[in-house]
Amino acid sequence: MSATARVSADGKGKPVLEVRDIAKSFGGVHAVRGVSFDVFEGEILGLIGPNGSGKSTLFNCILGQLTPTRGTVSVDGQAVTGLRPSELNHKGISRTFQLLQVFPQLTVHENLILAGQEHRGTMFSRLFMPGDAGLGGEADRMINFFRLGHLRDEKAGGLSYGQQKLLDAAMAFMAGPRLVLLDEPAGGVNLTMLGALKERLQAVNRETGATFVVIEHNMEFVMSLCTRIIVLAEGQIIAEGPPETIRSNPDVIEAYLGH
Amino acid sequence: MSTLKRYQFPALIIALILLAAMPADLTGLGIPWTGFKRYGLYIISLWLVTAIAAMGVNLIMGYAGQETLAQAAFLGIGAYTMALLTTKLGVPYFVAFAAAGALCFVVGILLGFPALRVQKHYLAFVTLAFAVFVWLFIRNEQWLTGGVFGIQDVPRPVIFGIKTRPPLVFYWFVLFMTVVLAAVMWWLLRSPWGRAFTALRENPVRAESLGIDVRSYKLLAFAVGSAYGGFAGALYAPLVEFIDPAPFALGPSLYYLLMILVGGMGYFLGPFVGAAVGVLIPEWLRFTEGLAPIIFAVIVMIMVALAPRGILGLIEQLLTPKRRPHSDVTGPTLGAGATLTKSSAEKVTS
Repeated sequence: MSATARVSADGKGKPVLEVRDIAKSFGGVHAVRGVSFDVFEGEILGLIGPNGSGKSTLFNCILGQLTPTRGTVSVDGQAVTGLRPSELNHKGISRTFQLLQVFPQLTVHENLILAGQEHRGTMFSRLFMPGDAGLGGEADRMINFFRLGHLRDEKAGGLSYGQQKLLDAAMAFMAGPRLVLLDEPAGGVNLTMLGALKERLQAVNRETGATFVVIEHNMEFVMSLCTRIIVLAEGQIIAEGPPETIRSNPDVIEAYLGH
Repeated sequence: MSTLKRYQFPALIIALILLAAMPADLTGLGIPWTGFKRYGLYIISLWLVTAIAAMGVNLIMGYAGQETLAQAAFLGIGAYTMALLTTKLGVPYFVAFAAAGALCFVVGILLGFPALRVQKHYLAFVTLAFAVFVWLFIRNEQWLTGGVFGIQDVPRPVIFGIKTRPPLVFYWFVLFMTVVLAAVMWWLLRSPWGRAFTALRENPVRAESLGIDVRSYKLLAFAVGSAYGGFAGALYAPLVEFIDPAPFALGPSLYYLLMILVGGMGYFLGPFVGAAVGVLIPEWLRFTEGLAPIIFAVIVMIMVALAPRGILGLIEQLLTPKRRPHSDVTGPTLGAGATLTKSSAEKVTS
């Protein structure tokens, strides 16, 4: 990865994702209240905030799982607000979920093929493709990259929680996305697996230049993984900057420690 | 790969040879076996036709996780399409066969549309209403369907000069068509489509986020499954040679569901096992007269309670050694857990 592709925190570079004034209300509850930010090519942006600050709602608005009450989302300058999740995926945006989302009845290898197959040919032509849609080798490379080689033919449902998290993350990269949104990748993962997960995510970022947005509660994890951090509280951005300034920001400490 | 799946293919080949030879008179080959009589041939042909329709239900429910309560209605559409086209218009058999499947595919797409935006039980309700509608249509529109008098003398086809009129020849024809349709289903399920269907069943939200067009795949699964009902109907009409509305009512549609449950939902051979139970048991219980449906219902209830994954699920369970989930590669976590358990036990005792 060249130094020029990596973008500094002060926003010099091309934004991949532009979020403008996104708001989402559920009845009288204003979960997200007008959030705007840019995500630049190649960066790993952390999105943190106390429980109920609107992080996941914001994610779901960006990714088409929820329709925002107002605001727009653009990818490479092209408006994508209101597109279905599968359509966004075809535009190179991939995600993981807060709760585990692997397919338990499929093997590790099959899970990865599934994660990439819809990017091969058309729906009709896929009917005439071999079972692995020509992705067998790519799936094996991803398995080895995420150190799941010994579990290749195990059903995903039989894996440990941490291994499933790794698989979940690996699946998000199968289609070669430009932008990956990870919702609490470290949640519930033990220390050993956590180190592996962080190291692998950084490696993908380095090798493919993919841009990440990461929601995370584990401060240690997020501070060491991310190059820039946005802090949400009560549906609004209260701070933004590199990890070291966020760590000592009085507003952030206030938001986390209570009122 | 599970133990059961590993043996599926060789078992299939052996079963096919047996199925082709079993009903025939083998005394000419020096084997003291006179084969099946007319009634036996009818039952075994009916079993295969039922299995084709059940394969469709298995695709919709077992693989794609959708619901259908209208398979007998699609069987009816297929059977009447075949009967009308061949008796009234003199259309060649295979043209009528393709038309029966195509019509059911299109109707399946149209029926699936309203169910797309909502949860799967809604599809079940739509199909329930549709099953009743089709039955009423067949029964009441006498000008077209003959009403309760049905359509008589549905011809059995002549294929490459071979008349399939004799029961044994027609059985072989049904067996051939079953093999073709099963092979197509196998190929479909082994293609990326099959995996997309499984994803749709297991986790539609995640599937959508991986770029899988959940709406299109739902429709396709339902339409292809319904087309199998149409194909089965197009074989059923020349098998019985006389069709009336009764076999295409709501009750028989529910019966297909039970067959899939008993056979093993989501297993490739589940429909064949389920159809065997569903066709043979009522025949064997014929001597009990009115008690047959009750006995069958009790068998199904016992099956569902003892083997919720059907007969094939039960066999797989018995053949697969029990395994424990993988633990994370961390001794410390296990150790910490053990200490915690010990200390909490100490707390309780102290």
